[in-house]
Amino acid sequence: MSDTAKLVVDGKEVEVPRDFTLLQACEAAGAEIPRFCYHERLSIAGNCRMCLVDWVGAPKPIASCAQTVGDMRPNPDGSPPAISTTSERAIKARNGVMEFLLINHPLDCPICDQGGECDLQDQAMAFGRGGSRYDENKRAVDDKYMGPLIKTVMTRCIQCTRCVRFAAEVAGVEELGLINRGEGAEITTYLEKAMSSELSGNVIDLCPVGALTSKPYAFNARPWELRKTESVDVMDALGSAIRVDSRGVAVMRILPRVNEEINEEWISDKTRFVWDGLGRQRLDQAFVRKNGSLAAVTPNEAVEAAAAALNGQPDRIAAIAGDLVSAETVLAARDLLRSLGVKSIDCRQDGAHVGLDANGDLMPRESWLFNSSIMGLDQADAIVLIGANPRVEAPVLNARIRKNWLHRDLKVAVIGEQIDLGYDYEWLGAGSDTLKALIDGGSFRQTLSDAKNPMVVIGQGALMGPEGAAVLHAASRLAESVGAFRADEADPWNGFNVLHTAAGRVGALDLGFLPTAGGRSTNEILSAAEAGDLDTVILLGADEIDTSKLGNATVIYFGSHGDAGAHRADIILPSPTYTEQAATYVNTEGRVQRAYPAVGMKGEAREEWRWLRAISGLLDHPLAYDDLAGLRAALNDANPVFKGKDFAPAMAASKPGPYGVQGGLSHHAFQSAIASFYLNNPIARASRTMAECAELAQTRTSVAAE
Amino acid sequence: MLQDKDRIFTNLYGRHDWRLEEAKKRGAWNSTAELMQFGPEWICEQVKASGLRGRGGAGFPTGLKWTFMPKEVKDRPHYLVVNADESEPGTCKDRDIMRHDPHLLIEGCLIASFAMRAHACYIYLRGEYIHERETLEAAIKEAYAAGLVGKNAAGSGWDFDIYVHHGAGAYICGEETALLESLEGKKGQPRLKPPFPANAGLYGCPTTVNNVESIAVAPTILRRGAGWFAGFGRPNNTGTKIFCVSGHVNSPCNIEEEMSIPLRTLIEEHCDGVRGGWDNLKAIIPGGSSVPLIPREICDDVLMDFDALRDVKSGLGTAAVIVMDQSTDIVRAIARISYFYKHESCGQCTPCREGTGWMWRVLNRMARGEAETSEIDTLLEVTTQVEGHTICALGDAAAWPIQGLIRHFRHEIEDRINDYRSRRAHVTGATVAAE
Repeated sequence: MSDTAKLVVDGKEVEVPRDFTLLQACEAAGAEIPRFCYHERLSIAGNCRMCLVDWVGAPKPIASCAQTVGDMRPNPDGSPPAISTTSERAIKARNGVMEFLLINHPLDCPICDQGGECDLQDQAMAFGRGGSRYDENKRAVDDKYMGPLIKTVMTRCIQCTRCVRFAAEVAGVEELGLINRGEGAEITTYLEKAMSSELSGNVIDLCPVGALTSKPYAFNARPWELRKTESVDVMDALGSAIRVDSRGVAVMRILPRVNEEINEEWISDKTRFVWDGLGRQRLDQAFVRKNGSLAAVTPNEAVEAAAAALNGQPDRIAAIAGDLVSAETVLAARDLLRSLGVKSIDCRQDGAHVGLDANGDLMPRESWLFNSSIMGLDQADAIVLIGANPRVEAPVLNARIRKNWLHRDLKVAVIGEQIDLGYDYEWLGAGSDTLKALIDGGSFRQTLSDAKNPMVVIGQGALMGPEGAAVLHAASRLAESVGAFRADEADPWNGFNVLHTAAGRVGALDLGFLPTAGGRSTNEILSAAEAGDLDTVILLGADEIDTSKLGNATVIYFGSHGDAGAHRADIILPSPTYTEQAATYVNTEGRVQRAYPAVGMKGEAREEWRWLRAISGLLDHPLAYDDLAGLRAALNDANPVFKGKDFAPAMAASKPGPYGVQGGLSHHAFQSAIASFYLNNPIARASRTMAECAELAQTRTSVAAE
Repeated sequence: MLQDKDRIFTNLYGRHDWRLEEAKKRGAWNSTAELMQFGPEWICEQVKASGLRGRGGAGFPTGLKWTFMPKEVKDRPHYLVVNADESEPGTCKDRDIMRHDPHLLIEGCLIASFAMRAHACYIYLRGEYIHERETLEAAIKEAYAAGLVGKNAAGSGWDFDIYVHHGAGAYICGEETALLESLEGKKGQPRLKPPFPANAGLYGCPTTVNNVESIAVAPTILRRGAGWFAGFGRPNNTGTKIFCVSGHVNSPCNIEEEMSIPLRTLIEEHCDGVRGGWDNLKAIIPGGSSVPLIPREICDDVLMDFDALRDVKSGLGTAAVIVMDQSTDIVRAIARISYFYKHESCGQCTPCREGTGWMWRVLNRMARGEAETSEIDTLLEVTTQVEGHTICALGDAAAWPIQGLIRHFRHEIEDRINDYRSRRAHVTGATVAAE
């Protein structure tokens, strides 16, 4: 049987794959099919009946979403089956379904947040009849509590069950369902609890009507008032594609964009709802500490103060880059500090042992990338997660693992914390000794060896701590020994993966923002500062360090929010967030992407590299670029990877040597690098919504433990 | 008229003992193994040749259905599921089979399972059938003890297990795919077809779902020959059938009769006629509440079989004959049926979920006369918007009785509306103001 079949849609013959649904085939033929329950990334429910089409000769219309082209019989004379989307019967079917959907749907469009982007509105205009013949009372349904993120108006619900299927299939939490039957059918979280998923916000996008809308965004704006800016997310290291909707100076909401290679069309709750943190606790003026307290100063004064602080012995100066830094910031800081002779620079504020080998030399790029690529997860047959908790470190990636686990025979094992990931896995052990045992043998090692595409995923949690470099070494040896490298030109595979948690980390590693010979790493910088061996420490948005250890050093803080770093700072140079600047980020795969400004910068804030350029002039080491174009050119020169954008690097065809440092592995237990999913960066910590979610998650954990 | 010697269910009224020993004396389990020696194909051929059409309502040829199962058992086991979720209002034939002749059903399960190469059979029993379940389970226990089912069932060399599953009393679970969902422990909501159960049914395995009566008659058909069974009734509508007559007749009863028996004969011979005489008859629902009613003029000479009733725009359904005499408020009666379907709609797909409530509300008003005559046409159109647009047949079942009502008794609805309004000069709209 051939893989394609012919079909006549509205008189136009098309040849489509046999596993296409009729709906896809009709679209291929250019016919528009209305739908509510059907969604490409969810299972087929076929319950809204909006997509009914007329199969010429069949006794009744059929749901085009639920029937594949392969299920169609040719006509008795052998001609291909004919579908009509415009026949009287098809139109009557659609009109009828639309009328039924509307009889119990409230006419509250003027106060509905879905208004203007509502599938029901649009399709009622396109496929509905003019008026209603329903004279009875409309049904009313109690609203359900679904947590701080999702606002419900359940009377508007049309029971398409997209949200139920999303929760069960993609998010992996069976917490939504349709209860009761007939007219009384209601969508609910059963016990009226918040969904315990980091992806719950996606049901807002999925809901074709205004039943599930965004609670923080409620009654804030109309879609047609918003300016839409396509950008990338920095809440985790995936660089999910987002659209930032803004009005005037405020970001009103964040929505996902489709990017099949990264986030498909999902984003995490943090990505979606962090926007209220963009308006709170912002640094919009420069400050200098005078007589023990911070005083607002003019930008010039602050630059002069910073230059003075940096005009000293280079070995008594250090810099730490935070998690949200752009590549531009890192390059400007690196160039300035190098020209000053400063060696103690580090972008690994969590102390993870990536980037440098035993001799302090830069390792190959593949040693810190998620080499299999996120798309590659779909091909993996066996995965071992080492010290990684993808559920909180990269929820969208976790959903992709789950998708593979659901649809293929994917085997997963975990070394580290035993957490609910939303799929079954084999727990091998808690820490580094388990990794050692896995290299030596064991059944899962065999599983990895037998797999065509095995994956070893190392989280930051495993790379932190004293044994981090040894763990990296062991993991790369494991990957090599199970055959995770395939130098096949047609079908290459590199199963060695580092899962980052910081959006700026890979870019900073690519630019070598690491201690050079004789320089100090993050932990050494902190202990040196504590011991009084440092005069000046630059924090580039670094807030996740223990600032109490900075001793008496003068701290120059570049950042957007009044967070830990700013509290300790002596000089504050305000800078924009990712929604306010044109910036380059490199995601965990090594994919170079650009963020674009959706709104203007706050007050005196300006990009870090502009501050640094001004400081460099006062120090007589002027940076070689004065504008963004010049900086970007320098970026391309500094590392050619920045020349190519929006693709994951090709999988390495050659087998690299072991990374890291060979060393002993004891009983060091791995813990995820992220303690609280909702509060792991300064923007999230400024967000009220995130605080609410964190509190709820905290209660949930403690209840579960009781 | 069916003679006593040709009855399959010889203990339909429970006048004899249902237990194995007595059932055997009535012919059950007689030479089962020998029949099975002829092989699955032969059984299917015989059932095909007998012309047996499914007794659950749709009337699909049973033998043909069995042949849809894969010819060989591959990676997935085959299952027979017996639909004993007899919930169609008016129908009570399976109940009596399970109460009084359970061994015919059990034997049928073995033969049908063998014919479709299944080693396991599930009987999905209606939630309210407590007594039937007790009897059936006791009978199955007896059969196990006698070696008639279990390993090497009845000495045929075929291993066969049988399980009774008790439903929770939802009408929709009588729909075959909803039944499978329920049997799997999920919410009873119909599945999309295709795939059909013969491809992917219970737990995704090839499955055939059959009505109790279809299965229970199979052993006797094999024993007495396909020709014997095919000798009753008209071509394409052969065999004997249990009719459940209820309503305004003098002696309501279950009666096994020949197919294609005239409706009037059925009622007058077996039920002592309509209350108050045949002329007092108003209408009859000939096949369970879901089929359109037929007025007396049609009842006069219509035959009780699939094709004859289809020709008068009704259906044989489950052959549950509901008789209504002139005292019946026909609009209210249909409104009550409409409420039943509204109540039992699973709520999965739009036309049924929304349409059944709409139809019931309008009809309920019409029963009181609180409507406008133009609404009758609207209602009729709404029924056609539900019919044929749903996942399962419940939408059709909800629409048909109303279509039948409007087809035959439109004048009654109109009279009622006019009557209501003539007594209330102020009523102008369709709804009662300020209610």
